[in-house]
Amino acid sequence: MPELTKEIADAHPTPTAEPILEVRGLVKHFPLTQGILFKKQIGAVKAVDGVDFDLGAGETLGIVGESGCGKSTVAKLLVNLEQPTAGEIRYKGEDITKLSARALKAVRRNIQMVFQDPYTSLNPRMTVGDIIGEPYEIHPEVAPKGSRRQKVQELLDVVGLNPEYINRYPHQFSGGQRQRIGIARGLALRPEIIVADEPVSALDVSVQAQVVNLLEKLQDEFGLSYVFIAHDLSIVRHISDRVGVMYLGRIVEIGSDRQIYEHPTHPYTQALLSAVPVPDPDARLHRERIILSGDVPSPANPPSGCRFRTRCWKAQERCELEVPELAVPAVFRLEGGPAAHPSACHFAEEKQVVPETDET
Amino acid sequence: MPEAYDPNQVAKDAIAPTGAGGAMDLAMSEAETLEKTPGGPGGTGPQEKARSLWTDAWQQLRRNPVFIISSLLIVFLVLIAIWPSLIASGDPNACQLSQANKGSGPGHPFGTDQQGCDVYTRTVYGARASIAVGICATLGVAILGSLMGGLAGFFGGWWDGLLSRLADVFFAIPVVLGGLVFLSVVVSDTIWPVVGFMVLLGWPQISRIARGSVITAKQNDYVQAARALGASNSRMLLRHVAPNAVAPVIVVATIALGTYIALEATLSFLGVGLRPPTVSWGIDISNASQVIRNYPSQLLWPAGALSITVLAFIMLGDAVRDALDPKLR
Amino acid sequence: MLLEVRDLHVEFRTRDGVAKAVNGVTYSVDAGETLAVLGESGSGKSVTAQAVMGILDMPPGKITGGEILFQGKDLLKLKEDERRKVRGAEMAMIFQDALSSLNPVLTVGDQLGEMFVVHRGMSKKDAKLKAVELMDRVRIPAAKERVGQYPHQFSGGMRQRIMIAMALALEPALIIADEPTTALDVTVQAQVMDLLAELQRELNMGLILITHDLGVVADVADKIAVMYAGRIVERAPVHDIYKAPAHPYTKGLLESIPRLDQKGQELYAIKGLPPNLMAIPPGCAFNPRCPRAQDICRTEVPPLAEVTVDEGPGTVPSRPGAEALSRLSPPTDNGAGRQSACHFWKETLRDA
Repeated sequence: MPELTKEIADAHPTPTAEPILEVRGLVKHFPLTQGILFKKQIGAVKAVDGVDFDLGAGETLGIVGESGCGKSTVAKLLVNLEQPTAGEIRYKGEDITKLSARALKAVRRNIQMVFQDPYTSLNPRMTVGDIIGEPYEIHPEVAPKGSRRQKVQELLDVVGLNPEYINRYPHQFSGGQRQRIGIARGLALRPEIIVADEPVSALDVSVQAQVVNLLEKLQDEFGLSYVFIAHDLSIVRHISDRVGVMYLGRIVEIGSDRQIYEHPTHPYTQALLSAVPVPDPDARLHRERIILSGDVPSPANPPSGCRFRTRCWKAQERCELEVPELAVPAVFRLEGGPAAHPSACHFAEEKQVVPETDET
Repeated sequence: MPEAYDPNQVAKDAIAPTGAGGAMDLAMSEAETLEKTPGGPGGTGPQEKARSLWTDAWQQLRRNPVFIISSLLIVFLVLIAIWPSLIASGDPNACQLSQANKGSGPGHPFGTDQQGCDVYTRTVYGARASIAVGICATLGVAILGSLMGGLAGFFGGWWDGLLSRLADVFFAIPVVLGGLVFLSVVVSDTIWPVVGFMVLLGWPQISRIARGSVITAKQNDYVQAARALGASNSRMLLRHVAPNAVAPVIVVATIALGTYIALEATLSFLGVGLRPPTVSWGIDISNASQVIRNYPSQLLWPAGALSITVLAFIMLGDAVRDALDPKLR
Repeated sequence: MLLEVRDLHVEFRTRDGVAKAVNGVTYSVDAGETLAVLGESGSGKSVTAQAVMGILDMPPGKITGGEILFQGKDLLKLKEDERRKVRGAEMAMIFQDALSSLNPVLTVGDQLGEMFVVHRGMSKKDAKLKAVELMDRVRIPAAKERVGQYPHQFSGGMRQRIMIAMALALEPALIIADEPTTALDVTVQAQVMDLLAELQRELNMGLILITHDLGVVADVADKIAVMYAGRIVERAPVHDIYKAPAHPYTKGLLESIPRLDQKGQELYAIKGLPPNLMAIPPGCAFNPRCPRAQDICRTEVPPLAEVTVDEGPGTVPSRPGAEALSRLSPPTDNGAGRQSACHFWKETLRDA
């Protein structure tokens, strides 16, 4: 096993059981083609370019990053909506990227997805009962035909909707309620893992909290493991046990929520955290903000070496030549403590950007 | 039926907790309770019934005067196409040369034509050919077009390239010129050569629409959701993509029906469409146009009937589009 | 006062009924001041701004009452061509989606220059120079080279800068920014907000910032108006409202957002959903979702009453008298212009 794996395992707050999901060297390149009938590849968008992480049973792994960092592609790869270009996704030790269609169908029951947009993720021509019941039609072995209606009503009740609404159509519901329907569909097959791609970002502020609470309640009730993908760092901290920060197709820093938010060592994480508006006007004065210059480079043509170097205030020649590995930086390796977690930076150092609070 | 939906029951259940809302305290669990009773927000009243998008569209159509007028007209036209004897007692081909070119009079409310045939009877009987051609051509075009376009859009890639180029080839053939060439070779007393020709040249139009709307529907998250569940291709296509892609096809096909009727008349006018003894407005317009200076009324009746029929179908198409297009809501 | 909106009412007449989008909104902005209008979708915050700008779609929209005083003139009484002169030159707007607000077939330089050609009668050549100057001002790198490019060639953050440049072109007295950073990533969001705040200071403009994000507001606003169901439910200077909200809705919003600097347990969630504007609940519109709701809240619309901050023992009103008390309370300067439309603002404030 490469050293990397050991160190990622080290980053676990509680290295208990074997991880339920292991991702190793995951790569997804979308070819850029030219021509109408006979297509010629002229390049590739490197959406995901070497991602490793583990997900423990019952754990929530948050993945944050800006648009175009590849976090949504990771979600699609995990639920097999896209085929990876390279790498492995091991579910309970078994690589699901190389399974036959039949074996894949069985695995799919255990990894389900909740989508971002509650307005496009439900088929407008189907009733709520048909939408939530569809998983049973695709996997008839899970529930015999006679029991399905009752199961659907139970699911509606579990996600906090009136079971009598089973015959209604999605457009008769508000955004928050639709997202509950989407969650109920994701739960129908009693999966072990739920991949949630920005599940609350399309909702109103006052409704977001309801859905976040629901997700947490369901985790306790059904012992789910979540991969929670979002751009909102506050929500990710709230819900996650561990957090991975992505930039241009790579994870640049990963660790427990406290390690990432209170002891970030990668400059990108620090900039990202310092840019988050904090709902406290008094913080205006004594908060240091790192304003990054420029925009995220195109994933079709990422910078050499460290991908963040074009926007980084610490960048030196080494960053241009040498790709930093995602590993515990040598400076922190011996001293341990919360700063000792994997961070892909040659010049990693601690910098506190989020005010530490007394409450822990 | 145990599954019967009882709106009153729902209403009772839903209203009760709202009424007791005054006793609610800060407890967070109440959030869940109230969400179960969406009284008001988003138009989701507790007494509301299940409304599919098709039901909504029908509700809207029913109130649209354009739809009412055009559909009444079309029902009338279809009825006389099936049973022309309902309103015309004579035989359209029973002509007496001695009675030629008469004005309106007893027995001949619209007068007679050059052959001495009754214009009224011929106009009524002409509906059959026009409507039969229109409906058959539209059905053929819609089925072939949505099949080709649907497959091209859903599978994409190589299929899409091939089918789209094929459609372009047929699209490029000029309709009237193609008709003159194609139909002058095939000689038949039936409507089928004309229908076949229209389907052959008409399917690319529907195919393009179908391809576009299938591609749009395919990108929706609910199709991805079905795939993530492990649904088969046929399930995704039939259950998720097709029902959401069919509306534009229906709209375009309804409007096209009117134009096929007009095209039939054009081809018949040019002498390559339907042939006597089939009675057709196009044939009658062609004959009448030779004597238009002396007897303009002979042209007026079949041409008027044709215009009204075409207009009725185009108006119906417009009304259907208003009802089905979600952007206008 | 630069802008005063008084008791504005806006309705939308649709096929399904009348939606009361704005129901008596009153707010004001002074030169050099930032007013943040906070609310969820459907709260009427954008509709109010559109009415001020005069870009409301009418029909289906209809202004049914109120006045909009801008530099002393009532904009609603102006003729359309006089109104047009105000728009762009005196007040400008920045939208959320910069890509759809810019014309894709014109170069960025043409669109920026057009402002000068139309309003100032400049020649095309001079206008182009002005455009480059503006792009420099909003810190678009290599402005001279990029002035001939089309909107789609710019990134999201750069496009939003172009929108800001366009709004600033004629140095208006008032800028209305409708969710200017919602579509942007956090790192870019910070750049754009900083730029906007800096330019506002420099030009001493009034700024109305419309947003749903309590974080953005805390960073830049001077005063805040919280809207719910087409009404302002609370208005206060920025520091007061975060310290101690005087309306249960504001309090709920503040408590329901997760914090970056702490990992809480369960989030407080405001129960229920925002109301349907065609059937706003009687009394206080927030009453079905409010943890404090009493009978009076279901029958009487609470007035936007002055909030006073004296912690005397006499401030514990009995339930039915609360509303009367708040009306009688003398308008002291203690609250520094704080107002709350809640029958029980005193209790809310005390618990905060």
